[in-house]
Amino acid sequence: MSDITMRIDDQEVTAEQGMTVLEAAQRAGISIPSLCHHDKLKPYGGCRLCMVEVTAKNRTKLVVSCVYGAEQDLVVKTRSDKIDKIRKTVLELLLARAPDSEILKEFSDEYGADKDRFEKEASFCVHCGLCVRYCAEIKKLHAVTFVDRGYRKEIRFVPEIASKVCNDCKECFPLCPTSYLQAAFVLSQSLISPSESSVTKHDK
Amino acid sequence: MDTDRIDQIIDRYEGQASFLIQIMLDIQNENRWLPRFALERVSQRLDVPLSRMLHIATFYKAFSLAPKGRHQINVCMGTACHIRGAGRVLDTIRDLTGIGPGETDLELKFSLETVNCLGCCALGPVVEIDGKTHGKISAADTADVLDSYE
Repeated sequence: MSDITMRIDDQEVTAEQGMTVLEAAQRAGISIPSLCHHDKLKPYGGCRLCMVEVTAKNRTKLVVSCVYGAEQDLVVKTRSDKIDKIRKTVLELLLARAPDSEILKEFSDEYGADKDRFEKEASFCVHCGLCVRYCAEIKKLHAVTFVDRGYRKEIRFVPEIASKVCNDCKECFPLCPTSYLQAAFVLSQSLISPSESSVTKHDK
Repeated sequence: MDTDRIDQIIDRYEGQASFLIQIMLDIQNENRWLPRFALERVSQRLDVPLSRMLHIATFYKAFSLAPKGRHQINVCMGTACHIRGAGRVLDTIRDLTGIGPGETDLELKFSLETVNCLGCCALGPVVEIDGKTHGKISAADTADVLDSYE
């Protein structure tokens, strides 16, 4: 397999065939913000934070770098006024969902995002799908899934599966960019067996 | 509906996972909703994770994970019907059945849903019950129409 050479932020970068722009950049030590990317998981393109400008054959367009394949002679810009503005808006929209997420706060300091710009619809989940994809792709347990769609979409643990496998795993917990996943887990747990989880802990 | 019937439906599609949605639709059409044991059975037979089935069942409005009434009432709330008094028709149905949109009564007689347009605006206000269209329905007619359903 031949290597690809491309330019990311005026730096010559080599990538292997089949790599995404984000992976190529990360390998070259160029950081692109992202919430939904995970090295071991398939590209997802959920959070839209890794938006970059690419120029190929004299045409410039905005693409999501975690799902855009590396190409020969591609010119990538990871920061520009246009990109910063997009990331700022995306962050503000995500902050309306999860205003207290630490990682979102860090990013918003960098991009000057105002967490009060949009009306809060605090669902605490930013739909990055890390937990759902990790459980399905890596663990192959399928204990957590998305239900519903559109703005009502949310993650839910499937009680039949979760009650058997989750207590020994919980590998998805640290992946969550907010802390909604843990909350959803505790909720499911207390719904499955009220006596032995949160209720008794609360009473003690 | 029992497990044997579900197995028959699955067998119609030779147990192929690619027919998952079709199988779920067949169960939905026959049973009016998707009981948990049915989901589990299909999941087991097709080797499809239960979580995937829940994802699908909650994604499409055609599926229901809660019991549905024997008769499905769809009240059109589109612009034309709205202008022609769909709101009053809906209120009457609400009063007569005691259920709101998205709900099913305790006797499992009716399930009520609002829809956005049934495509026959000239007949507005339109109420569709079990696929039969009742056009130019007035609040006063509603009781008679509902009474004709057992």
